[in-house]
Amino acid sequence: MKHQYEAIIVGAGGAGLYAALEASKTAKTAVLSKLHPVRSHTGAAQGGIGAALGNLEEDKPEWHFFDTIKGGDYLSDQKAAQILVEEAVNAVYHLENLGLPFSRTKDGKIDQRRFGGHTRNFGEAPVRRACYAADRTGHMILQTLYQQCIKNNVAFFDEYFVLDTLIDGNKCNGVIAIELSTGEIHIFQSKAVLFATGGFGRIFKTTSNAYANTGDGPALLARAGVPMEDMEFYQFHPTGIYGMGILITEGVRGEGGILRNRYGERFMEKYAPTLLDLAPRDMISRAIIDEISQGNGIRGDKKIDDYVFLDATHIGKDIINKRLPDIAGFCRTYLGIDPAEKPIPVQPTAHYAMGGIPTDLRGRVIRNECGDVYEGLYAAGECACISVHGANRLGTNSLVDLVVYGRRAGTDIACFVKKADFGSIPASPDDAARKKVNSLITGRKSKSRGAITSRMQDVMMEKVGVFRTAKEMKEAVEVMRGLKDEFKEVGIKDTGKSFNTELVEALELENLLDIAYLTAVAAENRTETRGAHSRTDFPARDDANWLKHSLIWLDREQFGIKYREADVSLYKPKPRVY
Amino acid sequence: MKITFKIRRLNKEIGGRPYFQEFNIEAEPNDRVLDALMFVKTNLDGSLAFRKSCAHGVCGSDAMVINGVERLACKTLIKEITDDANFVITVEPLQGMLVQKDLMVSQDTFFENYRAVMPFLINDEPTDGKERIQSPEERVVFDDTTNCILCAACYSSCPVIQKKNPAFIGPAAVVNAARFIFDSRDQGLEKRLPALDNPNGVWPCKNHFNCTRVCPRGIKVTKNINLTKRKIIDYKKQNEKL
Repeated sequence: MKHQYEAIIVGAGGAGLYAALEASKTAKTAVLSKLHPVRSHTGAAQGGIGAALGNLEEDKPEWHFFDTIKGGDYLSDQKAAQILVEEAVNAVYHLENLGLPFSRTKDGKIDQRRFGGHTRNFGEAPVRRACYAADRTGHMILQTLYQQCIKNNVAFFDEYFVLDTLIDGNKCNGVIAIELSTGEIHIFQSKAVLFATGGFGRIFKTTSNAYANTGDGPALLARAGVPMEDMEFYQFHPTGIYGMGILITEGVRGEGGILRNRYGERFMEKYAPTLLDLAPRDMISRAIIDEISQGNGIRGDKKIDDYVFLDATHIGKDIINKRLPDIAGFCRTYLGIDPAEKPIPVQPTAHYAMGGIPTDLRGRVIRNECGDVYEGLYAAGECACISVHGANRLGTNSLVDLVVYGRRAGTDIACFVKKADFGSIPASPDDAARKKVNSLITGRKSKSRGAITSRMQDVMMEKVGVFRTAKEMKEAVEVMRGLKDEFKEVGIKDTGKSFNTELVEALELENLLDIAYLTAVAAENRTETRGAHSRTDFPARDDANWLKHSLIWLDREQFGIKYREADVSLYKPKPRVY
Repeated sequence: MKITFKIRRLNKEIGGRPYFQEFNIEAEPNDRVLDALMFVKTNLDGSLAFRKSCAHGVCGSDAMVINGVERLACKTLIKEITDDANFVITVEPLQGMLVQKDLMVSQDTFFENYRAVMPFLINDEPTDGKERIQSPEERVVFDDTTNCILCAACYSSCPVIQKKNPAFIGPAAVVNAARFIFDSRDQGLEKRLPALDNPNGVWPCKNHFNCTRVCPRGIKVTKNINLTKRKIIDYKKQNEKL
């Protein structure tokens, strides 16, 4: 079946829905999502969305800006980060006006709490900047945006999985997608396509990410010849539930929670004397691994899967139930404890990709080291790299990113499609997609997915984790290359057309393998330590050689790795201490 | 520990009737039912169909009937529903919704009912560029309802939908109407009345409380339905006086 829309949005999380709301005001727009929109992983964001409203104490976008670039270890593009923090304020008010039920201050304003790396007056002390709705802020953002899409009659294609892009030279003319309920392959011709497919934490064994976070957009575009930016920067959130990876929001520490080792020591005193437990995530994750490797973990056996305690017992039942009810629920369900009575066992969990599809300030996808863009191809949200987060994202800034840059991309698309024409698409644009599906379904291949998935996740976790070395990353690159080859022999047993979820999982695995490979290659290539990319063999930041973004092509033999200078026009890099 | 999964299967493409298939597997007491389902799908039968995403009870994908009760597979630990004497876990699709394949059901009617109550803030008054003021006391009134993840467990558990009136819009739709009706910023009660104040709107609910018992988010669903009924009655009384 063939469809024609001026704008196609792929992905229905915060960025996709915001863009759809904007674009659909004037352009004929459709949203394609492999999930029903309300299942998107934006809904799992907990602690808050950062904006310098100053509702409880003095705050300024300029301070938020400084925190963001310092948090990003000076790799953030500073003009992009400036837009982020300035537009954050209106974006939060806009969300409230659309109905988002923020928690409230005594005088009825949006309530704000402390969060990691967010400070007043350039690092003096933590500031209340995270606007929150209990500990389900992302859930409320997702719900509010979806509700607005209903109100504005946005067209949805739920449970459609995108298989291919129609990129002709430098122009994108649409996508090919499979309708999961029927197995039918659809052609979507369009003037503009936005990818907002979210993260890819599922390349790692322990992750806070959903099963759905398989990097579909970045992988699809990488295979179409689009470079990926800064793939070496992947954030490990310090507080995932031990053994499961389920996120425990930084908001627990924002409300006063303390990390402790087996001796009960508040170990962050050693690593970040000013901000302590509210230091940025990369530093705290390293501190936890350091404690564990010194034998200070709770078991004390120095094994990498040891853990520490997040102590919230002094916060009080009342505040926990009021401001952190979901966290209390997770602890009850999965750990059988009440966080008001017992400390929470936590360990770092793979959480957020700073890197991804390179874009400019209008969300247009960049195609080379000169910053030239594709025509009609956009990306926003976690799958994109603008880069506002640099080498390490601050807590709450992911939600800011997806509303600010989701909206900007949507606005640009609306203007662009007014002037643009539909490009021509080939006679059988879905040939490649059909071939791929058929080779998986009807091939006589017998290799199973399970072993490949576990091996990828184990190796990425062990060798491209919080601390990295050349030797281990080289091994990871080789393993990923081998697994990509093995994937060619993967066959699936479900030969049906309707709801072939085994087919979807195989396609997702293919995407994960390409992303894991690019992550490992990019990580090995960057010979310095910066933000979340921490190398024991190159332990220092190297501004002379590495104040730049890496661009990596999947077809590396042909294109190699190239670079774009980071924009440090407003604040020159300084040592990063907290 | 060893468990026996009894999973209700249906593949309409092949035809035939639904049947139960048994899988004997090893599982840890702390594993989620979803983990065990994933084990079956990855290692024993790739064609087993079910929805999943966040795996920690916030996205609403994997509501199903587990040992006769609507639950989220990712929020149910094996140890909660088994013991030494009873290690059989029966898994079936949600009820009152058309089965698409195995544990997947059509959510079309469920979401149509959700849309019918206009689940968005209705307030056309301009703002001054900042937030609308709402006191913590006003905010807490509808707090419970904002927890809804639209998993449809309540809809499946509702005896009214099952036995009497399949056209009842169902508990989740009413909860999401209440979400706005009781929000001090909203002005849309009247616009929502056609969907709520009719024979398939709020009135078919007869306080069975099944929805409240199964809600994985702990929402007092029945209470919210009753509050909504009361609000409609009060509103109509007031209008009669005028």
